[in-house]
Amino acid sequence: MNPEKEYFEHLAAGRFMIQKSRGTGGHVFYPRMAEPGTGAADLEWVPASGRGTVYSTTVIRQKPPAPNYNLALIDLAEGPRMMSRVDGIAPEAVTIGMPVTAKIVQEGEQPVLVFVPEVRR
Amino acid sequence: MKENFPRGKAAIVGTATFGCGAAPGYSSMELAHRASVLALASAGLKPSDVDGLFVVIMDDALAGLTFAETLGIHPRFLDNNRTGGSSFQVHAMLAALALDAGLCEVALIAYGSNQRSSTGKLVSSSRPSPWESAYKPLRPISSYALAAARHMHQYGTTKAQLGAVAVAARQWARLNPEAYTREALTLDDYMQARPVADPFGVRDCCLVTDGAAAVVMTRADRARDLCASPAYVLAGAQATTHREIASMPDLTVTGLADAGPRAYAQAGVGPKDIDVVELYDAFTINPILFLEDLGFCAKGEGGAFVEGGRIAPGGSLAVNTNGGGLSCVHPGMYGLFTIVEAARQLGGQAGERQVADAKLALAQGNGGELSHEALLILGTEETL
Repeated sequence: MNPEKEYFEHLAAGRFMIQKSRGTGGHVFYPRMAEPGTGAADLEWVPASGRGTVYSTTVIRQKPPAPNYNLALIDLAEGPRMMSRVDGIAPEAVTIGMPVTAKIVQEGEQPVLVFVPEVRR
Repeated sequence: MKENFPRGKAAIVGTATFGCGAAPGYSSMELAHRASVLALASAGLKPSDVDGLFVVIMDDALAGLTFAETLGIHPRFLDNNRTGGSSFQVHAMLAALALDAGLCEVALIAYGSNQRSSTGKLVSSSRPSPWESAYKPLRPISSYALAAARHMHQYGTTKAQLGAVAVAARQWARLNPEAYTREALTLDDYMQARPVADPFGVRDCCLVTDGAAAVVMTRADRARDLCASPAYVLAGAQATTHREIASMPDLTVTGLADAGPRAYAQAGVGPKDIDVVELYDAFTINPILFLEDLGFCAKGEGGAFVEGGRIAPGGSLAVNTNGGGLSCVHPGMYGLFTIVEAARQLGGQAGERQVADAKLALAQGNGGELSHEALLILGTEETL
């Protein structure tokens, strides 16, 4: 497994995949060669649920006309935390504890994993 | 197992700073070199006396070798670690161990940076992260802002409480002729500062200055021959929790919650005994987190603790008596300056900002993005 390379290949193909250890059942993000702590090397790619919660959030303020933008830490339902941003609402409207859903957007050549507020059914 | 740090076996016998603020025309190494010669001279020593050398220069990965060459010495113990702004607390720990083990006789710890004059901005030693770059984090500011936002959410800490840290730092700076920013700063000024990354504005962020510092250490049995009032190293501890902010287990708890109690146990003292507290205030949230984690108040109460002038001159706890990274000096890495100020306070050399009868001082360093924390506890001869 080439963790970093394969993660971005999945993302480019429209899939948000994270690693899971067959033995311990633990989920791993960011992708790496073995599970943190245990060293379990039996990692396989599994589809992430895409569900998460905002753990912390900030608005990066730029000099106009450059727009302000959101930066957030998201706790994934599977456990790991990642840096991302919340799109689809004003950057100031993002709040800690907000339920969010993953979405892959294309920025130039690069696929980027962002989150949007969860749509309650 | 109990940590067996050589309590009081090594001491700081000389300190110096040079080029604090703006020092145009100098290279970082030149600044560090000058500070080193001054620190050695204050103890009646010269470079050829140094056989243990510890240094970081941000733009030179092999700065230890460069610095030995520049000083014209062949040290038998050299370290050039990169834990971030806390590197110097680790250097002092290693120096204390090496001195005690006879691996060196005179240890010199130095740092210098010309970042203000050369680039006008904070020089980052962080590599771009494949997991974070796409989101355009404003490193390191946004990482600390995320910690502040979380602390506010979890404990009700307010913007005005962050402001109390900035105002107290400025009040101390106004007593320090070496401080770079000495104009009065009111809470109103603070609240109106240009926003950078919520909840931070520019007055939540440390200065971008030039500056150099150097510290000379010897074994305690030699210290009194070189220095009228040595600062003895009673304890040293460090803790690493993560590299990038997304991997910090809890953004409201730093590695000091682990390293602090270990250092107190080594020194045989507690937070109530400490007279002077020098914290790495790269951002206003830092002293709030660190005061909690070091046991000066309970977790979550740091915001209330810093209010009402409690950490300002005349308050009940002397914190960042030089004006800190927020108002005195912050040349990229600040950790060595906390050690210098702690030693100056213990030596009674702090002029108008001198804390009366200071016997025990804590000098803390922070590396990365709350990633690495380290502290020394220093004491006067009567604390041995």
